Amino acid sequence: MSAAWWTILVAGIGTFAMRASFLVFAHRMVQVPPRVHRVLRQIPPAALAALVLPAFLRPEGRVDLLQARFAAGVVAALVAWRTRNAVLTLVVGMALLILVGT
Amino acid sequence: MGQHHRVFDARTRAAAGARTGLVAVAPLLVGIVPFGFVAGATPVAHGMGWAVPIGFSTIVFAGASQLAAIEVLTGGGSVPVAVLAACTINLRMVLYSASIAPYTARIGLRRRITMAYLLTDQAYAVSIVRWAEQDLDGRCSEEATTFDRFWTFVGAGATLWTSWQISTLAGVVVGAAVPPQIHLEFAVPLSFLVLLVPTLVTRPAVVAAAVGGGAAVLAGELGAGPASILLGSLAGIVAGAVVDRDVPLDGPGSPPPGLSGDGTHR
Repeated sequence: MSAAWWTILVAGIGTFAMRASFLVFAHRMVQVPPRVHRVLRQIPPAALAALVLPAFLRPEGRVDLLQARFAAGVVAALVAWRTRNAVLTLVVGMALLILVGT
Repeated sequence: MGQHHRVFDARTRAAAGARTGLVAVAPLLVGIVPFGFVAGATPVAHGMGWAVPIGFSTIVFAGASQLAAIEVLTGGGSVPVAVLAACTINLRMVLYSASIAPYTARIGLRRRITMAYLLTDQAYAVSIVRWAEQDLDGRCSEEATTFDRFWTFVGAGATLWTSWQISTLAGVVVGAAVPPQIHLEFAVPLSFLVLLVPTLVTRPAVVAAAVGGGAAVLAGELGAGPASILLGSLAGIVAGAVVDRDVPLDGPGSPPPGLSGDGTHR
């Protein structure tokens, strides 16, 4: 088996284990204390921002504000905020990157 | 006859639930399709053949980590390093799993395992928003919401899964035909941005996002590599939870007037 297939197999098992981690024990979580709930509800904004911001601010591996992805990302964020429209956000962001990037 | 009626009703409700999930993720497919296309085209461009991207998309089924693993392998990295890079990026799935678990407490184990396989950023984000709202309303019986939750999640997850496989296949077949000026991979952060913005409705959420994103950038600058996503997430969660503590939780009479305008608190 090649290196790629060993990676697929082991990363696949690892990823499934992480997805199943708490779901498998969910039957014990009928009552979640408010303190735990307060931590859990921070997960979506924190995790999503940790994925988005580095892609806009340091696409080449160093913080750089004078590049097309930062400009396209800022405008796309404004579009997302004002319209809540996924299609429009994607189209504006992709189009701006093509326009500014060339 | 009564039995027959109940089966029919369950099927109708399952279909309705699945349709709700499908409709919720449909706009996000605009981001998923180019993302899957890149995941299909990249390994082929590096001479890994057509089967490897299909294996990644069906077995790992997590776009950002697929691209990270391929980058390590084509850069001459070993299998353990590639696996570590992929799994580090996917560590946020543990957070998602913990976050949806309380809502699935009454769903059977086999169904929860199905949900685990279909757990992605998008399926998670559209489901948790809906469930948290239902929780606030408190309008449905626990049994009814449990059933609907499962089918809504599966409707969203299966729609994403199918789109992911088809777009991967398209990338494998015609990926080389896309000119390099069109940066399809930029659809990846944009599709996460679409999920992020609607969560920023409370002060704790804004703090969690600002600290989470800022810490991820900082960790990257300091050389944390793929681990910077998890480090950023954890910093954001802590910061959000600390700010959340200032806002009164619940209890009769405890919220002073003027401090309770915050949607997510019950």
